[in-house]
Amino acid sequence: MTALVGTAMTGGYGGADILKGCTIAVEAGEIAVIVGPNGAGKSTAMKAMFGMLDLRAGTVLLNGDDISDLPPQQRVRRGMGFVPQTQNVFTSMTVEENLQMGGFIRGDDFSDTIEEIYRLFPVLREKRAQPAGELSGGQRQQVAVGRALMTQPKVLMLDEPTAGVSPIVMGELFDRIIDVAQTGIAILMVEQNAKQALQIADRGYVLVQGENRYTDSGAALLANPDVRRAFLGG
Amino acid sequence: MESALNALILIGNYIVVPGLAYGCQLALGALGVTMIYAVLRFSNFGHGEIMSFGTMLVILATFALQSAGLSIAPLPTALLALPAGIIGAIGLCLLLDRYVYKFYRQQRASPVIYLIVSIGTMFIIGGLIRFIIGPQDRNFADGERFIVKASAFKANTGFSEGLAIKTAQGVTVLTTFAVVGLVFWFLNYTRTGKSMRAFADNEDLALLSGIDPDRVVRITWIITAVLATIAGTLYGLDKSYKPLVYLHLLLPIFAAAIVGGVGNPLGAIAGGFVIAFSELAITFAYKKVAGYLLGDGVLGDGLLQLLSTDYKFAVSFLILVVVLLVKPTGIFSGKTL
Repeated sequence: MTALVGTAMTGGYGGADILKGCTIAVEAGEIAVIVGPNGAGKSTAMKAMFGMLDLRAGTVLLNGDDISDLPPQQRVRRGMGFVPQTQNVFTSMTVEENLQMGGFIRGDDFSDTIEEIYRLFPVLREKRAQPAGELSGGQRQQVAVGRALMTQPKVLMLDEPTAGVSPIVMGELFDRIIDVAQTGIAILMVEQNAKQALQIADRGYVLVQGENRYTDSGAALLANPDVRRAFLGG
Repeated sequence: MESALNALILIGNYIVVPGLAYGCQLALGALGVTMIYAVLRFSNFGHGEIMSFGTMLVILATFALQSAGLSIAPLPTALLALPAGIIGAIGLCLLLDRYVYKFYRQQRASPVIYLIVSIGTMFIIGGLIRFIIGPQDRNFADGERFIVKASAFKANTGFSEGLAIKTAQGVTVLTTFAVVGLVFWFLNYTRTGKSMRAFADNEDLALLSGIDPDRVVRITWIITAVLATIAGTLYGLDKSYKPLVYLHLLLPIFAAAIVGGVGNPLGAIAGGFVIAFSELAITFAYKKVAGYLLGDGVLGDGLLQLLSTDYKFAVSFLILVVVLLVKPTGIFSGKTL
């Protein structure tokens, strides 16, 4: 069963629609990437799937359950994790406290989850007592992803996780994201660095003006001459 | 040598001891202001009146206890009456939040609107207080007045200057240490406290993490009410209770919170002491100190007082303006909890 699928989503922030019947899906253990030009509605599509945008039409299914009408907080409880593009950590709190806050809704003992996240992101274990605001951009993103993983989500959504980090750090972040996907979590992300992102994507969506233009495996999109010319800079 | 020690005792008696107590009282007040600012994101001008309201209830409960013949001498009876004041102040804050501030939260009002609303609550609570207890001065300190009496100090040490420590001052310092320690423990080591810091740090991410904003707001008001009542009662025991004086306390308390860095609890404590010691040091007459150190009349026969005590608020104001000009974020960079 598809972990998360948004079908024929239509809607916007009042006024004109930004999304015009676009469809995005991701399977467990896979990485799906949304790329496209500026203003194509990439982030909007993801926010719509997380409930931060009211849809006029279309449905969102999480493991087959219709969650179209649930607010974001409820979707978190149902197994979705979301990492915003900016302000995605509690800067004045330590790394460990950030993770604890990520697990806030869990009533059980989550120390084993923290341990798991430290295994995935070893640098966080070293910096556990340091305020997240003092970390580098790449480390901060790892805290942000770690915080979202604390609820043990089935689907993890990342809004431009590599925005503003150096190419080397970007490569490392993508490696970590692959590691996360291999634990069986479905990953959906929006990326500016389209070429690099498609290289790790099992599935890629090229959005243009709120509609699906191309949908294929990451490798196939990278090989497609039309996609290369129009969206990947040759 | 002995005259230098006498000068030191003089400064200890008139600046250090009262400054410590006053600083503690301001620190507790500023801590409440700063927590409201961090979580609800506005400057609560009603804070002085919340202090006053809580203290008034403590006084009424103290009178009731006294007439019932209950006391915890040598400690002041007011300490026994404190829970009554705290409960009343908590009730007041929660009612205000439910029927006033909640409305503006739902409207997503700007901080300026909140500020004006809080001035409104200030007048309402102030009026209520004058209805209930009246505007006059009230002294409700009982029990043993001094821990160390000036005359006993002189007799025991042989110095010509005396050092007095009032019971209220000792109680103030001890209570403040206990309360501040408890607040910091709560904020740093409990799940609820951490969720408050998270909410103050990044509201959207806190919501995303499933932190209940209503609960955070409620707990913030409760802590504020507790701190305000304790601060007000300690101030009243040390000096006396008069509604107008508590209204005026708002200025040094805000100055303390801003000097320390608004929204930063550690800053509020530091700011409290900075303001208290500046106020006392600038309005103190150094004539006698100079006499001990340099000899009588060397510096003329003026009082050697920088400012008359009537102008003590100018000191807070001055520090406030300087801090806002030079380092608007305060000593500890503010704006987080």
